[in-house]
Amino acid sequence: MCVGVPMQVISIEGDQAMTEVDGVKREASLMLLDQDVKVGDFVIIHAGFAISKLDQEDARETLALMRELFTPELLG
Amino acid sequence: MDNDLILLGHGSGGKLSHQLLDDLIIPQLSGAPVAGQNDAALLDIGGTRLAFTTDSYVVDPIFFPGGNIGDLAVNGTVNDLAMMGARPLYLSVAFILEEGFSKRDLSLILASMRRAADAAGIAIVTGDTKVVPKGKGDRIFINTSGIGALEHGLRIDGAAGRVGDKVIVNGSIGDHGIAVLSAREGLEIDSGIRSDSAALNGLVGELLALGGGLHVLRDPTRGGVATTLKEIAIQSGVTIMLHEESLPVSAGVRGVCSILGLDPLYVANEGKLLALVAPERAGEALQIMQGHPNGRGAAIIGEVVESSSGRVLMETSVGGVRGVEMLAGEQLPRIC
Amino acid sequence: MNYLDQFRDKGVVKGLAQRISSLTKGRGRPLTFMEVCGTHTMAIYQYGLRSLLPPEVRLISGPGCPVCVTPNGYLDRAVALSRLPDLIITTFGDMLRVPGSSSSLMEERAKGADIRVVYSPLDAVRIAAGNPQKRVVFLGVGFETTAPTIAGSILTAKAQGIGNYLVLASHKTMPQPMAILSADPELAVDGYICPAHVSAIIGADAYRFLCREYRVPCVVTGFEPTDVMQGVEMLVRQALSGQSKVEIQYSRVVRWEGNAKAQAILAEVFTPFDADWRGIGALPGSGLRIADSYHAFDAERAIAVTVEELKEHQGCLCGEILKGKVSPFDCPLFGKSCTTESPVGACMVSSEGTCAAAYKYAI
Repeated sequence: MCVGVPMQVISIEGDQAMTEVDGVKREASLMLLDQDVKVGDFVIIHAGFAISKLDQEDARETLALMRELFTPELLG
Repeated sequence: MDNDLILLGHGSGGKLSHQLLDDLIIPQLSGAPVAGQNDAALLDIGGTRLAFTTDSYVVDPIFFPGGNIGDLAVNGTVNDLAMMGARPLYLSVAFILEEGFSKRDLSLILASMRRAADAAGIAIVTGDTKVVPKGKGDRIFINTSGIGALEHGLRIDGAAGRVGDKVIVNGSIGDHGIAVLSAREGLEIDSGIRSDSAALNGLVGELLALGGGLHVLRDPTRGGVATTLKEIAIQSGVTIMLHEESLPVSAGVRGVCSILGLDPLYVANEGKLLALVAPERAGEALQIMQGHPNGRGAAIIGEVVESSSGRVLMETSVGGVRGVEMLAGEQLPRIC
Repeated sequence: MNYLDQFRDKGVVKGLAQRISSLTKGRGRPLTFMEVCGTHTMAIYQYGLRSLLPPEVRLISGPGCPVCVTPNGYLDRAVALSRLPDLIITTFGDMLRVPGSSSSLMEERAKGADIRVVYSPLDAVRIAAGNPQKRVVFLGVGFETTAPTIAGSILTAKAQGIGNYLVLASHKTMPQPMAILSADPELAVDGYICPAHVSAIIGADAYRFLCREYRVPCVVTGFEPTDVMQGVEMLVRQALSGQSKVEIQYSRVVRWEGNAKAQAILAEVFTPFDADWRGIGALPGSGLRIADSYHAFDAERAIAVTVEELKEHQGCLCGEILKGKVSPFDCPLFGKSCTTESPVGACMVSSEGTCAAAYKYAI
């Protein structure tokens, strides 16, 4: 039971945030988060709650490494 | 388990709906269904060939982005006729209104029905109105029945798919279902998605130029593209291979599906058709669609690969292969 | 960048498949990796990843579906509650079709029970606020990703003075069953694909004891196809070099210590107890029930109801499926008397169930 979607914080009001993915907006609760969140951050949303921040720098590094290490060999 | 109960899933267009038809309704109402498994019945009256179809509309909410229950009722029945290649002629409309329903809302619905009928070139010629006590209905239910003229001699039939055929859709999938879902109270999703409800008879009229190269036409309404293709695969006795990367899905539909855990392949469409076309005519079919206002986003999404008992497979966006089944019950928004 | 599409890169998936193939080529005994999260079960099927992996690597599903591992008795209590007057059942969509001893929530709804599917437990709190004359019971089923959200809903109801919101809790925690499965000599799991979001809450450290006591590699893996393939690649490398440690593939979200605030909220609202897992039996400290200080929100304690006699279904192999010992295709009922339209067991009907996934997506 783990489906969580990365959504971007577009506004914050107290414990609630308006978040967005692919142009779709939905409100989410920040009450479970132990990390500081600001507008522009990405969070993982599960059942209407943010459960964790998504570390964008780590994500970009992971992607870059994946693309570098795992390019399919062009077989003849 | 209590097998006497009618469940919501029986109305979802998927497996349960088929079971209800096959096990209970068809055997009792007619020995051999005249419509077969197609969208309308084909009738021959003294040499004149007609298509005849009926549909009821119970959509909730009744007003949604991009339309309402009224134009849906007109376009839906026009499309069932169009899927046979028939020219829509006449429509009947029956209303079941709940006591307390707003006359102003009714007026808005009627106006949009008139506009939709005019746009499709179909005349509403007869109808009926009933009112049930408060609590015994749900604001408004609409039934529309339609008659169309079959002027082509082609065999456009769910069983006419052949190995090699290309599968073509006229635009983005999942728009209608997501528009309705987003508007439902309680989900509070701001998606900007509008229903794609539209009459397709104009587009189909142009596709008839494909002649014998046009094998199957069907509109993927309840149950979505997946369910409709599975039905066609079974009727035609073939395996269809879909390509996930070719499926046109708008960003907003993708976003809502991500959040709610839905699959766009199973979400209803109301302005889309699936065409199975002989491979040598596929390019022409695509051009015809893309040149028409109802087909700008048209794309080839798959092909018929072999004879079988009726399967649908999909090459996924990362190059794997998986099976595609018919919708089982209702599609429930899941979180996990 | 939405951090989703980029992790669905076809080239990277293909490259990883090639790397895994070359690492394992010619192996006699295939490597068996088990995932223990229904979302992984679904992701692997939805992307057709098994068709990209070599025969030397076998992916199996464990007890990753929280609905499936919950014995019938819970569903029977929910059914009994739904028959009470002035009571609204609110639930995630998964639970609707799950068969209990003699009925399901879907059938009860067809007979007139007020049963509503919600996307978030906060929606259920809102329904309670809007229906003060009725009791609203939320079916709290899920692992450590979901349990904090239910705890959050209880705290929210308490803060807003909503006294008619209750939860029928059946939460379970993850690492314990993994230990049982590792101790099972029949299983021979060469590594675990550890859950993504459960780990975001409990932290990757939670799996260290498995590596220490059972010498089994654990890789905390994300849900996108490149994540899953990379997780498998990392497990392959560990298995081939005889290592057994915890690694985090899903480093953009999971931390070693997890989410301390969510953990604290869990500890505040829930108390661990020895829960019953379908197919496995009672596991010490593996369940979460509502703490005594929140007993007013506990539907099981607060609402007296007669529950029917428990009946397990004959021939149902859900228990063995959940331990990864039997594959759906080996179950004699699969696809015949047990289908998604008429399921015999939870595995076929939960949207994260192993059998449901196989039925829907297998080639």
